[in-house]
Amino acid sequence: MRQIDYSFIAIVLAALLLALGAVVFPLWLLSTIVNIIAKALVVIGVILLMRGGLVSFGQGLYYCIGGYVVGLGGQLLGITDIVLLLVFAAIIGIVSGAVIGLLMSRFREIFFAMFSLAIAMILYGMLSQSQALGSTDGFNVARVTALGIELTAGQASLLIYLVACALAAILSILTHIYYKSEVGFACLAAGENEVRLQYLGATPNRIFYGTYIIAATLAALGGALTAINYGHVGPNMTYWTQSGEFIFIALLGGSGSVMAAFVGSTLFEFVRTYALEFAPDAWQLILGTVLVLIIFFLPDGLWSLIQPARSSARIKRRGKAPS
Amino acid sequence: MTFLAIVIDGFIYASWLFIIAAGLSLIYGVMRILNMAHGSFYAIGAYTVASLAGWYWSAGLPPYGGIVLMFVIALAVGALVGFVIERGVLRFLMDRDQIVMVLVTFGLLLMFEDIIKLMWGVQSYYAPEPYSLFGSTDVGDLVFVNYDLAMVGVAALVAFLLWFGLNRTRQGKLLRAVIHDRELAITMGINVRRLFVITFSVGAALGTLAGGLVAPAIAVTPGIGIEIIVLAFAVVVTGGLGSIQGALVGSILIGLARAAAVNLYPELELFVIYGVMALVLIFKPRGLFALASTRKI
Amino acid sequence: MHTKTRLRTLSALILASGMMAMAQGAQAQDPLKLGLISFYSGPVSGPVGIPSRNGADLIIEAINNGTLPAPYTAAGIGGRQIETVYVDEAVDPVAEYRNAVLRQGVDAVVGYASSGSCLAVAPVAEELKTLTLFYYCGTVRTFEEGPKEYVFRTMNTQDVENIAAARYVLATRDDVNTISGINQNYGWGQESWRDFSKSLQQLKPEVEIKSELFPKFLAGQYGAEVTALSRNKADLIHSSFWGGDLDALILQAAPRGLFKSQTGLLTTGGTALNTLAKQIPDGTIIGVRGNGGILAPDSDFNDWFRAEYEKKYGEQPTFPAYYMAQSVLALKAAADKAAAESGSSAPDMEQIRAALKGIEYDTPAGKVSLNRHNGHQAATELAYGTFKLVDGKPTLENVIRYQPNCVIAPEGAKSLDWIEAGFPGAQCD
Repeated sequence: MRQIDYSFIAIVLAALLLALGAVVFPLWLLSTIVNIIAKALVVIGVILLMRGGLVSFGQGLYYCIGGYVVGLGGQLLGITDIVLLLVFAAIIGIVSGAVIGLLMSRFREIFFAMFSLAIAMILYGMLSQSQALGSTDGFNVARVTALGIELTAGQASLLIYLVACALAAILSILTHIYYKSEVGFACLAAGENEVRLQYLGATPNRIFYGTYIIAATLAALGGALTAINYGHVGPNMTYWTQSGEFIFIALLGGSGSVMAAFVGSTLFEFVRTYALEFAPDAWQLILGTVLVLIIFFLPDGLWSLIQPARSSARIKRRGKAPS
Repeated sequence: MTFLAIVIDGFIYASWLFIIAAGLSLIYGVMRILNMAHGSFYAIGAYTVASLAGWYWSAGLPPYGGIVLMFVIALAVGALVGFVIERGVLRFLMDRDQIVMVLVTFGLLLMFEDIIKLMWGVQSYYAPEPYSLFGSTDVGDLVFVNYDLAMVGVAALVAFLLWFGLNRTRQGKLLRAVIHDRELAITMGINVRRLFVITFSVGAALGTLAGGLVAPAIAVTPGIGIEIIVLAFAVVVTGGLGSIQGALVGSILIGLARAAAVNLYPELELFVIYGVMALVLIFKPRGLFALASTRKI
Repeated sequence: MHTKTRLRTLSALILASGMMAMAQGAQAQDPLKLGLISFYSGPVSGPVGIPSRNGADLIIEAINNGTLPAPYTAAGIGGRQIETVYVDEAVDPVAEYRNAVLRQGVDAVVGYASSGSCLAVAPVAEELKTLTLFYYCGTVRTFEEGPKEYVFRTMNTQDVENIAAARYVLATRDDVNTISGINQNYGWGQESWRDFSKSLQQLKPEVEIKSELFPKFLAGQYGAEVTALSRNKADLIHSSFWGGDLDALILQAAPRGLFKSQTGLLTTGGTALNTLAKQIPDGTIIGVRGNGGILAPDSDFNDWFRAEYEKKYGEQPTFPAYYMAQSVLALKAAADKAAAESGSSAPDMEQIRAALKGIEYDTPAGKVSLNRHNGHQAATELAYGTFKLVDGKPTLENVIRYQPNCVIAPEGAKSLDWIEAGFPGAQCD
C-alpha cells in the first residue's frame, strides 16, 4: 500500500521541518504555530465526525475541559510537567467523551449539532457562575516544567513548540491510520447510509460513539495545548462561537486529508490576524465573506486544490435519490 | 401572587420568543434551512425601528402613528432583506446538505454583524417613547407595562395568522405539501421556487418584527443578533424543527421555566433554557412536535 | 510529493514574512509605537471601547502637537511622536498582545476593559518585558496575585467603587435597612455585589439582603427580574450593570416604577445620564467608576478636555474617555519626569518605566497617584451623586467625594480581607 507510506513520510518530514524551524523562527511565530496546531487538533476531531455526517457545534466543550484540566492540574495537584499534563487532559477527554457520548450518539444531523451546542453552553453557564474558578475571567496557568526541571520563559516556549510538533505528528499519523482502517471506512459508510450498514452487520451507533470519543480526546488535547501555550483559560473556550470557529476551519481545509486541518488552521489564523490589523472594524465581514465564498466555490475546502477529493470524502448531498 | 407573576412574566417572555422562533421554524420547515442569519434579521429590525421610528417620535409627530410605522418598517425591511438573501445567495445552494446551509447562514450572520456596524455605527440607539405609551396595569402589588401585555396579543395574532395561512388557504396547503415532501411537490407541479422566496421573506419579516417590537425596551447595540440566535435555536429545537405549534409550545415552556427560575431559584437562571432543551431532547430526540419524516433506504 | 513541496513553500513564506516583520520593527526607532487595546467591536464597543479610543486619540494628538495644557510642555513622549496601533480586545487578547509586541513592535501598551483580558495578559507582559498600562479593567487579582514589574493600572479597582457606594448610602440614606441586588452573572457583577453587600453590612450590621439576582450578561430582557424585585421590596437596589444592559434595565424598570419605589444605586450609571435622563427617577444614586465624566471636578484641564472632545466628536465625554486618556497621560508624565531627572531629552522605555513607579500626575479628572502595590496601582478620588432632573437636564446633587485613604485598602492589604476586618486604618472624615 504505497499510499500510506508516502503520507507517513510526508507527515514525519513536515514535523521535522517545523521543529527545525524553531532555530530561525521569531518568538511570536512559535507561539502562533502552537496555536495553529492546537486548533488543528480539535478540527481533526470535527472532520472525523463530519465524515460520518455529524456536525458538532460543541467541540468547544472538550477544548475547554482540556484547558481547565491543565489549569486545575497545576493549581490543585501541582502537576506542571508538560507530558503529564497532556496525558491527564487526554484521559479526562476520553472519560468525559465516553460519558456524554452515551447521550450524544443517539442523535443525528441537526439535532446532534444543537444538542452538542446545548451541552457546551451549559458548561459555559456553570463556569461563568463559579466564582471559585474565576467565573468569566478564568484563571492563569502556571508555566510548564520538564522532568521536574524549572524553565525560563524562552526555554518553556521552545519546549512547548517542540512538544506541539511532536504531538501533531503522532496524532496525524494515528488519524491517517484510522482513515485507512476498517473503522474509518465504516464511519464514512455510516454517514452515507446507516440502514444499509446495519444490514451489513455493523452497528452505526457504536461506530459513532467511538468516533465521538476520539474527537473529544483530540479536542481536549487541543485545549490543553492552548492552555499551556497561552497561560490562561476561561469559559469562552466553550462558548458556541468558538465551536463555530472550529467548523469554519474544517470547511476551509476540507476533509480530504489529515493535512487539511493544519492548512485550514494556518489560513484562518493568518486571515484573522491580518484582517484584524488592516480592517479592525470589518474583520467579521471578511471572515464571513470568506466562509460563504468557500462554500460556494470550494465545497471540499482548500485541500481540494492540492488533491481533488474522491467522491466518498465529500460532505454528502442530500435530497437526491441514491443512484 | 407569585404564581400569577410567574405566569404573566412567562407569557410575556414567551410571546417575544415565539415571534422570533416562528420565523425560524417556518423557514426550516419549508426550506430545510436552519437560518443562523435570523439573529441578523432581529438586529436589523431593532436598528431600523430604533433609528427611523426613533427619529419619528423625537420629531414630535402623533405617537400612535408611530406604532403603525413601527410595524410597517419592520415587516417591510424584513421582507426586503429576506428576498435579497434568498435570491442572491440561498437560491444557488438549494441542493446542498442541511449542515452546509447552516454554515452559509453563519457566514451571513458574521457579515451582517459588520454591515450593521458600518451602517449604524457602534453607538446605542434608543426609541423608548412607545414603551410607556399605553400605560401600565396594576396586578396586586406589581406593575406590568401594557406594551408588554400587548406583545402577548401580537404573538397570539401571529400564531393565529400562521395557523390560518397554513391550514385554511390554498397557498398554505401548497406550503404544507412542500414541508412534507419537496420532491413530490415539485413533481406535482407546485412552483416551489416561488414558495421558497415567499417563505423566506415572511420568515425574515417575522425576525425583524421581533427586533422592531423589542427595540423600545432596550438599548440597541452591536451584538444583539449573536446573543439572540442561540436562544431562538433552543426554543425551535425544543418544540421540534419546522413545526409552528412546536415553536408555540416550546416558547411557552421556556418562557414559563425562565420566569419560574428567576422568581424562585435565581441560581438556575443561566441553565434553565438549555436544561429544558436537553431534557426534552432526551425523551423526544427530535423535539416535541417533530415533523414526521420517512426513512429512505 | 505534493504535500512536502507545499509545506516547504508555506514554511518559506512564513519565514520570509517573519523576517520582514522583524526588520521593520527594528527600523521604527523614532516614533513611539503605542498599542491602544479595547473593545472596538461587539456590544462593549459602543459604551466603552469607542469613547475610550476617542479620549485617548484626543490626548495623543495633543501630545504630538504639543498642545496639552499646563503642566505638560514639549511635544511627544520623550521627544518621540506617538504612533498608535489599534488592536481589538474582542479577538483573542493574549495572541493579539503577543502579535502587537513581537510582530508589530509596539513599545508600550495601554488597554483592556475586561478583567479576563487583564488577567490573561499580565503574565505575558511580564514575560515579554513590555510596559503595559491597564486603564479600565477592575479586577483586584492583577496585583493581589503577585507583584508586577511591567504592569501598571491607572484607575481604581472595582472593589473601591462598591466600598465607596456603601459609605455613600450610609451618609445620605440612613433609612436603608434592606437591600437587593441585580448584577450581571459574571466576575464583575458577582464581585461588585459581594463587595457592596459585605461593606454595607460591615458598617451597618442590621442591614438585610432581600433578593440577589444575577441575570446572564447581555440578556437584554429583564421583565421577570423586575417582577421578582418588585415582589420582594427592599429599600435599595444595587446594580453594577453597565452599557446596553444598564440602559435596558432603566428602560424596562421606568414604566413599572421599580426605581421609584425602591431606590436604585447604579455604580456605573454615569453613561446613561445623557441618553436616558427622562427614565431615571429622582433620588437614584449614580456612580462613574471613579471621578470622570460628569463628576470630574472643575479645573482648567477638565474644561479644556471637554471643549476639545465636544469639538472633535460632537458630544460630551463619558467616563471611559477620561480613563483611557489618563492612562496615556501617565506615559507622558513619566517621560517628562524621566527627562527632568536624567537630564536627557530622550529617555528610553526603561527610564520611563522607572519614572512611572509611584508617580503623581495631572489629568482632566484631577490628580492621579500610583501609590498602591509598590507604585503600580493608582489610588484616585471617587465620587457619587444623587440624580435630579432640573429643567429637563440631568444633574447630580449631594455629591460626596471619597479620598483614597477612606475607601482603598492600605498598601499591602488584600481588599476582601480589609472589608471583612472592618476597614482597619481607613481615614474618612
